[in-house]
Amino acid sequence: MSASPTSARIRRFAALVRKESYQAVRDPSTTLIAFVLPLILLFLFGYGVSLDVTRTRVGLVMEETTPLTQALAASFQASRYFSVTTNQDRRVFEEDLVNGRIRGILIIPASFTTDYAAGRQPQIQVIVDGSEPNTANFVQNYAQGTVANWERQRQTLSAEEPSGITVEQRFWFNPELASRYFLVPGSIAIVMTLVGTLLTSLVVAREWERGTMEAMMATPVTATELLIGKIFPYFVLGLAAMTLCVLFAVFLFGVPFRGSILALYALSATFLIPALGQGLLISAATKNQFLASQLALISAFLPAFLLSGFLFEINSMPTVIQWITYVVPARYLIPSLQTVFLAGDIWPMFLHSMAVMLLIGAVFFVLAARSTRKRIG
Amino acid sequence: MTHPSDKAELVRLSGVTKRFGGGVPALDAVSGAILGGEITGIVGPDGAGKTTLIRLMTGLMLPDSGTVDVLGFATAKSPAAIQTAIGYMPQRFGLYEDLSVQENLNLYADLRGLPKDERAATFDELLTFTDLKRFTDRLAGKLSGGMKQKLGLACALLKKPRLLLLDEPGVGVDPISRRELWKMVENLTREGIGVVWSTAYLDEAEACDAVLLLNQGKLLFSGKPAEMTARVEGRVFKVSGLSGRKRQILAKLLDKEGIIDGVIQGEAIRVVTGNDAMPQVLSAGYGAAASPAPPRFEDAFVDMLGGGPGGRSRLAEAQQILTAKDNRPVIEAKGLTKTFGDFTAADDITFDIRRGEIFGLLGPNGAGKSTTFKMLCGLLKPTSGEGRVAGFDLRRDTASARNQLGYMAQKFSLYGDLSIGQNLDFFAGVYGLSGQRKRERVALVSEIFDFGRHAGQSSKDLPLGLKQRLALACAVMHEPQALFLDEPTSGVDPITRREFWTHINALVEKGVTVLVTTHFMEEAEYCDRISLIYRGRSIALGSPDELKASVVTKDQPDPTMEDAFIALVERSEAGTKEAP
Repeated sequence: MSASPTSARIRRFAALVRKESYQAVRDPSTTLIAFVLPLILLFLFGYGVSLDVTRTRVGLVMEETTPLTQALAASFQASRYFSVTTNQDRRVFEEDLVNGRIRGILIIPASFTTDYAAGRQPQIQVIVDGSEPNTANFVQNYAQGTVANWERQRQTLSAEEPSGITVEQRFWFNPELASRYFLVPGSIAIVMTLVGTLLTSLVVAREWERGTMEAMMATPVTATELLIGKIFPYFVLGLAAMTLCVLFAVFLFGVPFRGSILALYALSATFLIPALGQGLLISAATKNQFLASQLALISAFLPAFLLSGFLFEINSMPTVIQWITYVVPARYLIPSLQTVFLAGDIWPMFLHSMAVMLLIGAVFFVLAARSTRKRIG
Repeated sequence: MTHPSDKAELVRLSGVTKRFGGGVPALDAVSGAILGGEITGIVGPDGAGKTTLIRLMTGLMLPDSGTVDVLGFATAKSPAAIQTAIGYMPQRFGLYEDLSVQENLNLYADLRGLPKDERAATFDELLTFTDLKRFTDRLAGKLSGGMKQKLGLACALLKKPRLLLLDEPGVGVDPISRRELWKMVENLTREGIGVVWSTAYLDEAEACDAVLLLNQGKLLFSGKPAEMTARVEGRVFKVSGLSGRKRQILAKLLDKEGIIDGVIQGEAIRVVTGNDAMPQVLSAGYGAAASPAPPRFEDAFVDMLGGGPGGRSRLAEAQQILTAKDNRPVIEAKGLTKTFGDFTAADDITFDIRRGEIFGLLGPNGAGKSTTFKMLCGLLKPTSGEGRVAGFDLRRDTASARNQLGYMAQKFSLYGDLSIGQNLDFFAGVYGLSGQRKRERVALVSEIFDFGRHAGQSSKDLPLGLKQRLALACAVMHEPQALFLDEPTSGVDPITRREFWTHINALVEKGVTVLVTTHFMEEAEYCDRISLIYRGRSIALGSPDELKASVVTKDQPDPTMEDAFIALVERSEAGTKEAP
């Protein structure tokens, strides 16, 4: 050997990284997955998808017309959450609800005024479309809120003794409750899953398909060099895609950034370890681009979407599903990222998340290295 | 010249067995040795175990039992030591198509630890050696098959290996590049490098210094090719000057006692007999003369496998005789041209095929054979020119034309997940058979090809020979006038190839017209006429004997089909250069 083993190793590693970078730059699908797709996602969540409810169309049924019920109806009409159509007969609205023209029916019953006068708790009936549980929930909650508000105002006006306690809500960190503020940081996690797992599994599977992996393995390269050399460029690419998203989030969507850049990169870099590990494992196990992409979508992308707390709150999931979320790396990244953006640096929380992500990543890497030992078949 | 005992033993195989899943092992107790300073051919049809054996030598795969020792190291214990000292070119050359020639070389130089100060000289030497100097900036994906192969070889040679493993380097490459590569590799053996060259072409086997012949995972022969051909020495004859139809004579000969093998060779028949006292049997009755011929590797292989099939084709016996209504050719190509962007895949191809004729399109991969072929069966619309099948214009009466032809695609593109019976049913339906006639035809081909035992099996799990039979059965179910065969026997063993041609020969005698593409030079000899296709153009057209005769020189009194091909390509290139 003319060169020392270490320098030969460094040279091999550098050669692999260089090769991979050339390929990444020349392959249009890499640019597509790493930069175009993330921007599309970001725009989708920034502009298109909103979990906020404003001006939901409802039908208001007034079974009796008294000053009292008219006052309540006025209060619904004044609400910025509802766009109200009024009628005396609920049957008019039933068809509208079925057809989706309205999202709910609010019924002020004929007994409302009598009940109220008798000092009984007045009741209104809310009929919602259960097939859209999210909207249904909002209608129900906002209707209750409006009634409570009306009642409170009424008591104040009539100068009767103030009823015990009033609840005053105050939202910290996201006072406007703009869903964009927490969707955009979350979508950055999705983007890194795409680059880390989907793209990586594709490029490794491609080497198997084209037979280049076999040629590589018959050289003095070690399996570790091969794996690390393969993922290093995608690690950098993942961070680059993330940076791009953050710039768009802050400067275009106006999402506040209250934490530190150090925390952002530390968290993202740590998250990429399980993401890349999973990508490697998938490609080593399938050795086929089609299968790899399907598996990456099902085992990484969808869980990052559905089971990470990105769109659906983990606390409200069935217990069994909640257990599953513990092995989804995005579950740890998303709350931390949201914290970096909306609250600031909370290092104990970050360190805990990073430790768990590292642990999951280590498991993936051990499995991937086992199945990529320098052996075919 | 070195003495044989001077040659170092580089590889020792002892009782090597490898299985993938259940069933027949891919390699079954193979033992042998590979020496330095020689080209050792690993020879056998597809699925014989060639690639598996080479991978076992690289240490990328371990045997289930037995041992593989390479350069004194056991592959099971020290694969890393082996991998630093060997060069390996896998089947698809192992190149990165989106890297340039130079970038590929740099990558492999770094991976193989080629010292920086030796680089310039090594690159220069290899680029000169492979004649790639002009193309260093070109992406590997944009190189021709032959150039890719040379670059693959250069990458494997960067750090002079002691053992060079080449997995089917001759596939997909034109005969000229194949010869150049062979010469390069021969030069390497003079420096003591051991070269392993795997191939399904039996003519390549003859040129090797030593051969390991594999069939279905078993080692049939190990030694010098001359020792192999010696077993049929004095039993090979060329029967020429035939009076009567050569294919009918061949069929009769094959059914005679004591005839081991026979194939059409131009206007003559090549025969292998059971003993050397046979020539009178051969010439009796056909007004023919039998003269001894030098034995070929393929003769010996067929002999070793127990001889070829008989000459009877029950498929053809069931075929009704097709007679001509007029003298019109069955297949006509007039100035067929196809361009893809600025690339002309087929340029002004013209020929006529008469009823009962076998016409071959011969040329390397990528020459334009398949493009021509696809235009003639209506799968591809010509940019200009016209094609006709049984008188129907392929552009206007596509459906009628297609009903007159049976198509057998390369690699037997059947539905792998359907059983034999389901495939037959499906293709019968596609070709418009129904009711009683459909049931009769399906039952008939099933009986002829003995599909009964395998009827329920998925076709993808069938042995290669059976797949080929099924593909043929599907193509002839509707008794077409013309048969289109796209590389029908590439990679199959010689027995299966003979069985296939027995059917084709007999069908032709019934008036079926055949168009066949092949890059397999020997197979071209089975045709009545061939067109040599090279870089999109037909550079020569004639019977095999005419083409061979046209290139006879003093140095080359008896050229093979490959010699003829190379000479005609060179002649045509010289012609294009002279043209203004």
